[in-house]
Amino acid sequence: MRARRLRTTLAALTALAVVGLSGCGGGDDTASPGSGTSSAGVTGTVTVFAAASLTESFTTIGKDFEAANPGVKVTFSFAGSSALATQINQGAPADVFASAAPTNMKVVTDAGNGDGTPTTFVKNQLVIAVPKGNPNGVTGLTDLTKPDAKVALCAEQVPCGAAAKKALDAANVKVTPVTLEQDVKAALSKVKLGEVDAALVYRTDAKAAAADVDGIEFPESAKAINDYPIILLKNAPNRTAAQAFIAYVLADTGKSVLTATGFQAP
Amino acid sequence: MALLIPATLGMLFLVLPLVGLLARTPWATLPQRLTEPGVLSALRLSIQTATLATLFCVALGVPLAWLLARVPFPGRRVVRAFVTVPLVLPPVVGGVALLLVFGRRGLIGSWLDSTFGITLPFTTTGVVLAEAFVAMPFLIIAVEGALRGSDTRYEEAAATLGAGRWTTFTHVTLPLVAPGIAAGAVLCWARALGEFGATITFAGNFPGRTQTMPLAVYLALETDLEAAIVLSLILLTVSVVILASLRDRWISSP
Repeated sequence: MRARRLRTTLAALTALAVVGLSGCGGGDDTASPGSGTSSAGVTGTVTVFAAASLTESFTTIGKDFEAANPGVKVTFSFAGSSALATQINQGAPADVFASAAPTNMKVVTDAGNGDGTPTTFVKNQLVIAVPKGNPNGVTGLTDLTKPDAKVALCAEQVPCGAAAKKALDAANVKVTPVTLEQDVKAALSKVKLGEVDAALVYRTDAKAAAADVDGIEFPESAKAINDYPIILLKNAPNRTAAQAFIAYVLADTGKSVLTATGFQAP
Repeated sequence: MALLIPATLGMLFLVLPLVGLLARTPWATLPQRLTEPGVLSALRLSIQTATLATLFCVALGVPLAWLLARVPFPGRRVVRAFVTVPLVLPPVVGGVALLLVFGRRGLIGSWLDSTFGITLPFTTTGVVLAEAFVAMPFLIIAVEGALRGSDTRYEEAAATLGAGRWTTFTHVTLPLVAPGIAAGAVLCWARALGEFGATITFAGNFPGRTQTMPLAVYLALETDLEAAIVLSLILLTVSVVILASLRDRWISSP
């Protein structure tokens, strides 16, 4: 019994040490500018605040960017665009902001926290996410109005909810959701868990969760296309690297990753 | 005297955020914001669900606390550890666990759904369950503490005078620990009122049905900082009034 306890303690301590060391590694990158071997002379850590729907594509782009620029580390904070905008305006130390909607970008630029004008880098469209195999045979928005259909939407305050409202209004369809989720990933996870029959999410999110959900395209989504703007932040701690990262996203290097995950070119 | 400085710092640390909230409150628009229908329905739902959750916790938690305090059985320590786990468990983990048990595809939830057509997520009942899961340990700890601190000789005397176990429990034990139960119930209610993580994970967010005050605060923060401040202020006021009015009763009881 005692031996086992000791072993558990040791394992826990080792885990702590590993976490601690890797944490230090990240910190060292910022502390040693100029030590990078990158051709562009880009070093240090770039902190990117990005919409939750960019999680998969930006993670990949971040890794590619790090590989192309040794000495650079990209750290992400993925959350609802509105929450990120609030954090930036409250002084969160970020270099780049990528929003899922121009309205949330405007919150940041209106507060004078953007540097220059935002660039739209991709567009995203809504699909109906249903459990794998589409057990209820959903073919379009009207299927979501059936009285026994459990539907999750995003709250109107977040971009995916605003887009869903626009699409539903355009189709003149009235859906009574069982829940209004705080971001697109939360709505999607309710489908994955099988707690709801359908949710309106971005095509990219449905694609990223293709193992658990099917994405059903519907024509009205064309009326509610989301523009994704990206901007360098005024108080960016690492301007040079941030500019390089934005250029990388806008160039073919980033574009190909984004289109592969289901985004459309602007 | 040496303790005075850290004590003051400690107090400031806890009180300053509340002062910050008060300092940023938009007093001029406060009355009109308070009467917005969304605010009132969220507050009403919060108070209703917290009260129902507390009743649920008292009904199940008091007997459980009695079991833990008075009945020696093998593995009692382990049981005690498990029933108090929600105290330290991140509430969102509690929400996930509840989904996996009571969700539509959960262990018990799928049976409830197929047999009775009952689904718990996205319902007000779901909110009550989420709050009760997180808040019940507060009640159990308070009541168990009170039971352990109370004198068992009264119960023994009642038993020797011919009272049955049930009569002893209802006529002697319960009145003895009533302050402890009241204390636990208040803590439990306050914790249920502030519940966020388990609620949003298990019960979702829908105005009038599952959107309690903490959820409304979080969503308001997405678009309107002032609205979030006003909602926070209401929640703070309700909590402080409740805790302050009952403070002496539960602090002074052992």
